[in-house]
Parts: sequence; C-alpha cells; structure tokens
Amino acid sequence: MTNEEKYLSIFKESFDVDEATARTLKYQDIPAWDSVGHMSLIAALEDAFDIMMDTDDIIDFSSFEKGKEILAKNYDIEF
Amino acid sequence: MTFEELLQIPPYSLGHEEKHALLTERLLGLTEHHLAHCPEYRRMLDSVGYDSGSISGYEDLPFLPVRLFKELSLRSVPQEDVVKTMTSSGTTGQAVSRIYLDRTTSANQQKTMVKIVSDFLGASRLPMIILDCPSVVKDRNMFSARGAGILGFSIFGARKIYALDDDMRLDVDGLRAFLEKFQGQDVLLFGFTFMVWQHFYKELVRLKEQGVTFDLSRGILIHGGGWKKLASEAVSPQEFHDRLRDVCGLDRIHDYYGMVEQTGCIYMQCECGHLHASVFSDVIMRRSLDFGVCGVGEPGIIQVVSTIPESYPGHSLLTEDEGVLLGEDDCPCGRKGKYFKINGRLKNAEIRGCSDTYAARFA
Repeated sequence: MTNEEKYLSIFKESFDVDEATARTLKYQDIPAWDSVGHMSLIAALEDAFDIMMDTDDIIDFSSFEKGKEILAKNYDIEF
Repeated sequence: MTFEELLQIPPYSLGHEEKHALLTERLLGLTEHHLAHCPEYRRMLDSVGYDSGSISGYEDLPFLPVRLFKELSLRSVPQEDVVKTMTSSGTTGQAVSRIYLDRTTSANQQKTMVKIVSDFLGASRLPMIILDCPSVVKDRNMFSARGAGILGFSIFGARKIYALDDDMRLDVDGLRAFLEKFQGQDVLLFGFTFMVWQHFYKELVRLKEQGVTFDLSRGILIHGGGWKKLASEAVSPQEFHDRLRDVCGLDRIHDYYGMVEQTGCIYMQCECGHLHASVFSDVIMRRSLDFGVCGVGEPGIIQVVSTIPESYPGHSLLTEDEGVLLGEDDCPCGRKGKYFKINGRLKNAEIRGCSDTYAARFA
C-alpha cells in the first residue's frame, strides 16, 4: 500500500466516509471529526506511519489536505 | 492584536505594564464584540450604564456572575455556528452552565491550553495515564467539564491508558504493563483531584499493604477540579503531595485552577506551589463589600478574565471562589504575571468543581 492509500484508508475508517468525502474533509465538518475523533485519527496515523507528532502539528491538522502537508513536511512521509 | 498574534507570545514572558496594555486592548475589543452580537449581554451592560470611554484598564470592565450561564443561554454567534456545547459538572438537582463554542473559540481554547501546559511539560509528548474511566468522554455532543479536561490534556499523551474501569476500579495489571513498557521515561498522569485521591491513592495504599507497589518517581501528575471534598477529609495540598510521594514516589505534582466557563485559560501551579496567570488571562481579587480591587495578601472574590471567548460573552466573570494574590512578576520560579492561591468556595455557594460534584456522591 502506498502512503497515499494508507492515509486515505485511515480517514475512511476513522470517520466512516467515502473517498470523495474524505478528500475534502475539514475538522468539525462532520460529527465524527470532533475533538475525540481528532485524537483517534492522530493515534491511528501515528501507528500506521510509526511517527510521533508534535502538539503544534496536532493542532494545525485541520483538514485532509493540511494533514498531508504536515506529514510530508515535518515527518518525511512522501505522498 | 489578533488572537493568533497573542498566541505567539510565550505564556509567562510579559511584565505588568505590557500585559496590562495587551489585555485591556483585547478585552475591550471582546466587550464591544459581545455588545454587538449578544442582545442579552447588551441589555445587561445598558442597565449598568456601560460606557467604553470610561474604561482605563481591564479592571474597569463589567463582569458577569458565573452562575448566569446556568440561567441564560448566552451566545454571540448564530446557533448554526455552534460546534460544541460544554456543561459544568453539576450534581443531580443542580443547574449546569451551558457554554456555546464555535470553531474559532473551540480551537483557540485548545491552542491556548497547549501553550500554557507546554511551559511546564516541554514540547515532547509523553506516555500518559488518565486517572479516570473511559466512559467520561463517551457522550460527544454534550461535554462535561470532566470530559473536556481529559480530552484537552490528552494531546500531551503519546500513548494513553485509562487507569480506572467504568466502575472506578484501578486496572492493576494494565497499569503495571504500561509502566513496564515505558520504564525509565517520564510519564504524565492526569486526573481530577478527588478521583486521584479516592480511586488511585487509596487503592495504592491498600495494594501496598498486600506487598504490591508501583514506582511512579518518573511521573508528572497534573490534577485539578477542586479541594472542597478533600478539605472536609482534612487532606491539605501539602499532605496530598507528601502521601502520594510516600506511596509511589510521585513528586512532580501540579494542581491547576480553571473552569468550564473559561476553558483553555488554566492557572497552573508552579514548582513553588503558586498558581500562575498566563498572558492569555488574569485574575483580579475583589472585596466582597464594594468589589474594590484587593491588594497583595488580602483575600477576595476571584474575578477571571480571558482573551479567548468570542462565541459567548464569558471574557470577564466573577467566580464563586475566594483567593489571595501572592504577588506579581516576582515568583521565584521565574514566571512573570500574577501568582495566587485559592482559599476555597465562598460560603453558601453551590458545590460545583469537577471533582467536587463527583465527590458529593461519597458524602
């Protein structure tokens, strides 16, 4: 599985959404992505990519797109 | 200055004059914002003849009694912008506060809290033991103060366990496995004061009598939520600290003061045992007779101001707590700003701290 696929599947599973919805999703757009859902998402991403994110990055992680940017820039994950 | 710019200031870096100017500007702005967007707030300020021209500093701004949020639905945003409603932890039969958050205010609460706590914990996230039960964050639409506290602090946890099950029993095996896994590392513990005492400390004492011990000398405990119940058991903050250290070696312990009506702006206890106001908020002790401002060492009713609330008019509130200002800008820990201590609830006020409302069931 590529990193892109891994990332997408975590979003789909965490929030129970389809691919099109996942790709445009922003924090607080749907009830599942609230502050509880956010911490579960971060935990799932950290497990999948074997990383530990900084608190600032967790806070800045405000959308599907923004999340990819953060992972690429600060954690050397290539998409 | 926008809130984003304010957030870039290290939380304990400003002396009195700079902080006073900064807070006055921001809080005056928030007062105007709520006047324009919350009709109930406007009526209240009209009735006391509020005039922004007569404000020379933020201590001149009007304050609302904190219990007003139990009686009125106060919002400064349309209902459809509310993403989260937080409630105070009232026991059955007591009214609860309802605090309405939009995206901006909710996000700013978390950002602020991270800035403040990072000053004490450092930037790295730690293995975290939550001294509570998982069910407390189950209802996601209606956040209790307890759930919000746990969730807010969870961001500092890298790997997390709940140390208690839903019957509030200590998960001895789970705790042991967790501590073994992270042996030799700092571990963050978080819980509400009474829960820590009742379900963690007392259980550790019982286990120790059976020869089962835990080493938490690498632990950092952050706890809050009220001392009322423990005070009635004659447990002082010093004794709380001493006895936890004796039973498990836990020695880095930070109490904090905060309330659901001003989530995000918590007041952390430093290494010298003092509660500190960050640049994002402040406390003003007031005399009960005329609401004049108390001097250093003089007990008074605590007014709290916060730079965060935009979606509800809660930026200047009179609490039901009594406190004493201990000093400003000169705590030996090096942090600037006011430092103070809490004497307790005002007499005849309702019991409503997070840990205290839970404790009421043990009365």
